[in-house]
Amino acid sequence: MANIPKEEYIFKTTSACAGCSSSLCLRHILKAAGPDSVLVVPACCTSVIQGIYPNTAFNIPVYNVAFAAAAAVASGMSTALRAAGRKTNVICYAGDGGTVDIGIQALSGAFERGTDFLYICYDNEAYSNTGMQRSGGTPLGAATTTTPGGKTEGKKDLDLIVEAHDPPYMATACSAYPLDLYKKVQKALSIEGPKFIHILAPCPPGWRYPADKTVEMGKLAVRTGMWILYEREHGQLTISGPSKNAMRKPLPIEEYIGKQGRFKNIDPRSIAILRQQVEHHMARIAREAEGIC
Amino acid sequence: MSERLAISKPVKAACGKTGTWRTFRPVVDREQCNACGLCAMYCPDGCIDDEQNIDLEFCKGCGICANECPKKAIEMVREED
Repeated sequence: MANIPKEEYIFKTTSACAGCSSSLCLRHILKAAGPDSVLVVPACCTSVIQGIYPNTAFNIPVYNVAFAAAAAVASGMSTALRAAGRKTNVICYAGDGGTVDIGIQALSGAFERGTDFLYICYDNEAYSNTGMQRSGGTPLGAATTTTPGGKTEGKKDLDLIVEAHDPPYMATACSAYPLDLYKKVQKALSIEGPKFIHILAPCPPGWRYPADKTVEMGKLAVRTGMWILYEREHGQLTISGPSKNAMRKPLPIEEYIGKQGRFKNIDPRSIAILRQQVEHHMARIAREAEGIC
Repeated sequence: MSERLAISKPVKAACGKTGTWRTFRPVVDREQCNACGLCAMYCPDGCIDDEQNIDLEFCKGCGICANECPKKAIEMVREED
């Protein structure tokens, strides 16, 4: 922990819910990025927690933009900054709705253009800012306000979509492992070109668990294999420490879903499908890490 | 340009003093605490400093610090009114 800077770039405090893991992530992301950074934030929780106009808790420049525009705005911003000879880090900080659903065309476009920026998606698996409606990132069987009986479709695999653009760096992270996230952001910002980090961010009111279990929930996601931490640098995949240990002997997924109110009424068939998907995903990542596929 | 764009200025307490949200207050037991700093790392709002002093003006009382403390040195105590 000694190597994480003490400097805070968010003043006390934002209006994020108690136990918000996105705030926890953002704290460490900004520590890794440093003062010469600009955040591009589309509509998401982060655009409403900043403060009441004309005040903001964020002590770095933030550009709040429309839902579908984040990566496109970052593209223009990055090009303008580079043309002016500045090395400022351009970071998109978007939720899962603004990434996997509404913002995906802008994201795809920016990656295709090779924009020099970092896109971070903090994934709490629903549109929680507007009241926990289902998104493309919501997993199978999870109850939201628009799928009260549990979602009947699976989670969209955003990482495979991004991988198809062949970015120089992409990684997954989880709010329960801030050190791992810190290192990944630093590494991403040291590489030129479009970078992508996908963070699992447990959400106490949305996932319906007590606020003090935020970090525990993130750790359980990794230990059960529901979320795998890895990084892919120029196509070379490395599984991160916590997941390497977890994949040797993963906990049963019931340990993770049983603690969340959103999975209260999940049926055994959906649990079986989720388990199968987790096993399949772990096997695919393990194969790729060994260079087999 | 600032005349035409809505620009916010960074200040402390931009969302008010969020300590009023709290129903449970974290209390550190100095005898048990070994100053590992995990509570400060996991605090979503950065309300814990290097000496494990908790800023009660802003602490929202989420209880992550108490849940993650390996020494169980932080206790959540109900706020009196």
